[in-house]
Formats: sequence, structure tokens, C-alpha cells
Amino acid sequence: MTTSLWGMDINVWANAAIRLQIIVLVMTVVVMGLIWAERRILGRFQQRIGPQKTGPFGLLQSVADAVKLVGKEDLRPKNADPWTFELAPFLVFIPIFMGFVVVPFIAGWNISVLELGLLYFVAISSVNIVGWVMAGWGSDNRYAMIGGLRAAAQSISYELPLVLSLVSVAMFAGTMNLDEMVRQQAAVPYIVWQPMAFAIFFIAALAELNRAPFDIPVGESEVVGGPFVEYSGIRWSMFMLAEYAGLFIMAIIGASVFLGGYIWPFGEELGRGWQLMLISAKAGLIIFVVFWIRASLPRLRIDQLMGYSWKVLLPLVLLQVLVNGLILVNGWSEVILGVTGLAGVVALVTITGRAANRPRSILARPAAVKVEAA
Amino acid sequence: MPAADLLLSNYVAVLLATIVGFILVLTALIAARLLAPYSQETGKSTTYECGMVPLRRASTNVGMRFYLYAILFVIFDVEAVFIFPWALTFVEVGQFAYWLMVAFIAILALGLGYAWKKGALQWR
Repeated sequence: MTTSLWGMDINVWANAAIRLQIIVLVMTVVVMGLIWAERRILGRFQQRIGPQKTGPFGLLQSVADAVKLVGKEDLRPKNADPWTFELAPFLVFIPIFMGFVVVPFIAGWNISVLELGLLYFVAISSVNIVGWVMAGWGSDNRYAMIGGLRAAAQSISYELPLVLSLVSVAMFAGTMNLDEMVRQQAAVPYIVWQPMAFAIFFIAALAELNRAPFDIPVGESEVVGGPFVEYSGIRWSMFMLAEYAGLFIMAIIGASVFLGGYIWPFGEELGRGWQLMLISAKAGLIIFVVFWIRASLPRLRIDQLMGYSWKVLLPLVLLQVLVNGLILVNGWSEVILGVTGLAGVVALVTITGRAANRPRSILARPAAVKVEAA
Repeated sequence: MPAADLLLSNYVAVLLATIVGFILVLTALIAARLLAPYSQETGKSTTYECGMVPLRRASTNVGMRFYLYAILFVIFDVEAVFIFPWALTFVEVGQFAYWLMVAFIAILALGLGYAWKKGALQWR
């Protein structure tokens, strides 16, 4: 079986291997860049400078960190379950890495074009929660345990809005092939027709990636780092690598599915370099907003977090699926989709704003209520 | 290329990605094993609990509420699995397929409403 790579006929295995090698390099560099960028940008937001001593503008800070982490002792507490503890970093990182297979970076540069790319991405990117729970359970540490359980609860709750918001776009596109979806957006990106799906996707992606304000599984002030409290050195850095690689992949998927990927607004004839700049700019914008949100919003409480997913996002996204279906099956104009989506965004913002401005106290346990009454 | 071959060749990358990912983590671990210092000292391998000596094993009991959300998740994830194939084909099938899905989602929404009313969605 052969396929083509840069115009040459090549064995499919060699083709996939070469493309994966390239992605390993790109991923490593981008993750280091993202860590540096996050520290610099957060520094600016907090009126300080951030890393600046290592290399120009502190660019080599991540390299220095990596060298330090490799040279750090790799501890395993004696109470820890050896197998779950050792295997957790694999399970955290490998699914994220597998997600890169379908990401449409630029035209013809995805590792592989899967017909069910969107389904594959959604399925594979949620496997890594098993690794988080294993890390929490295997460490035999109370903080890690609570962190792992919180990570699981949060991840499964926000999985549904994430999946259904992507499904509502797939309904509109009529395909789950990510490359095909990008090519359909040559004229108008899907965010115009599906603004609420994008808003929900963005919020749910923040939660899936354990980013602020949904970072209670890894909150330093509550569970001192969560599932990876007991990890040190290189194994700890696997968690960080997975986290930032996840951010990278989610930003590119978001940019491709909603913002027109490498194609909008200049069309398919654009050169490869320009396409790369376009997708980098779009993904970079999403990543910048993620950092911005981290700098601006306080961490949510767990009852607010779970309630927000099940009581606000899930009903809204189910409504979006039904409205999409009604309009598409009757062949009504796409403009109606855009208008209803905008109305949905307004509703989402209103509900969120009202909830944020009127914080309710945690419902007291029944026993505590009785004591109060007496 | 026949369709089956094309399908297989597309998923070659998925298999290889699994292997490459595994090798990546393994190399990092081996590199650390070779480069990192190692010393045997008993105090180091105790569980970290902010300086306290941990009283007992941590993995004993898990809050009931986690199970509640897990059950809800299973129900709605199965729903999502049914929506996936429907989302790609309902336009060709037409009105009937749409209203069937409306009924399906309505039943589940009813369930969500019931869970909400019962307070299952309230974290306490």
C-alpha cells in the first residue's frame, strides 16, 4: 500500500512514521513555547515581567526547566500502588498524542484523514481522564485522590456539552471529516452560523483541559496540585506536557471547526506558509484568550462547576441540536441558524452573569438544617 | 485503492501514534533513570501530606455524589453516541428522523428535569 508524501509515492507506514516524527518535534517546541508564553503573558497581566534571564526575553526558560526536570530524582512513595502509579503518565500522555492524528494543520498536512475524525478526536481525547484517576488512586495520597476524583467528575460533566456542541456543527456540515469541514468554510466560518456552539465548546474545552476557572482538580491552594502531587521529575513533566499539548490540540481543533482553519478568509489557493500563519494566528488567539481568562477569573467552587455544566450548558446545547435539526430538515435559511445562535449566546451570557452576581451558599446538609431550626 | 485498503491505511497512523506515544514516554523515563540522581533514604518515600505523618491509607472511601454524576453521565453519553450517526444522515431521511430524535431527546430531557427536581444535580 502506498500513498503520497510531498509528491512521492511512499509506503503508508513510512508516511505515517515520518509525519508522526514531525509532529513530535512540533509538539515539543510548541509546548515549550506555550509554557514560556503563558508565563510571560501572565506576568504582564499581573504587572510583573515574567521569565527574562534565560536567553532573549527568557525564551530558553522552558529548555532550562526541561533540563532540570530530567535531572531530578524520580520518587515513588512506598505506599503507592506500583503499577497504577507507574502507568498513569503513559495513560495521561498517549491519548493526547493520538489526538494529533486527525488535526488538520494546513492543507494536506494532517497525519491522516479519518472519515470520522471528529468522533475519533472526541473519543480519544477523553481517554486520558483514566490516567488522571489512576494517578490519583495510585499515589495513595489524600490530595491526589480528591484531585483525581474531581478531575473525573468535572471531565465527565463537561464531556457532554463539548461533544454535543461539536455534533451540532457536524449536523450543519454534514460530515465528520475534519479536513472536509475546514474546506467547507472557505467563504464563511461556522462560528457565524453556530455562535452558541462555539461559546459552549470553548467553555467545555477549558474544563476538559483543567484550565482556570475550572481548575479545581489541580488547584494548588486546595489540593496542592491534585493527582500529580506525588510525581516528581520527568513523570511530573509528562503531566505538564499532556496538559499543554492538550491546549495546543484543542485550540487548533477549535480554530479549524469554528474559525475556518487554514482556509478562511483567503481561500484554498493560499501558499503553505500563509496557511500556517493563518492557523497559528487563529489558534494563538484562542490560546491567548485562555491565558487571559486564567488571569482574570477566580476559581469556581465545585457545586457551581457541576451545576453550570448540567443545568446551563447541557440544556442549552440540547436545544441547539434540536434547533439545528429543525432548520436543516426543513431546509430553512442559514441566517435563521445564525440569529438563533446569537440569541443563544445572549441567553448563555445572561444566565452566567446572573449566576455570577448572585452567589448562592452551598446547600446545607439536612442534619445541619435541623440543628439550625432547633 | 479499494475502499477497505484506504480505510486501513488511514488508521495505520492511529496505531503508529499509539506506539510512538508509548516510546516517547518510555524514552523520557529511561533518560531520567540514567541521568537523575538516586539515593536511598527512608523519609523520602513517605506520602506527602503537608508535613504531617499520614494516618491511614488514602484510597478508602469515595463520596457517593461522584457515583450519581457518573450514572447521569453514562445515560447522556449513550444519548450522544446515538446522536452522532443521526447527525450525519437525518437530512436525507427527512422529517420522520427529526421528530424521532426530538422524542428521544425529550424523554432524556424529562429524565434530566426529574434529576434536577430531585436535587441530584445539586452538589452537597
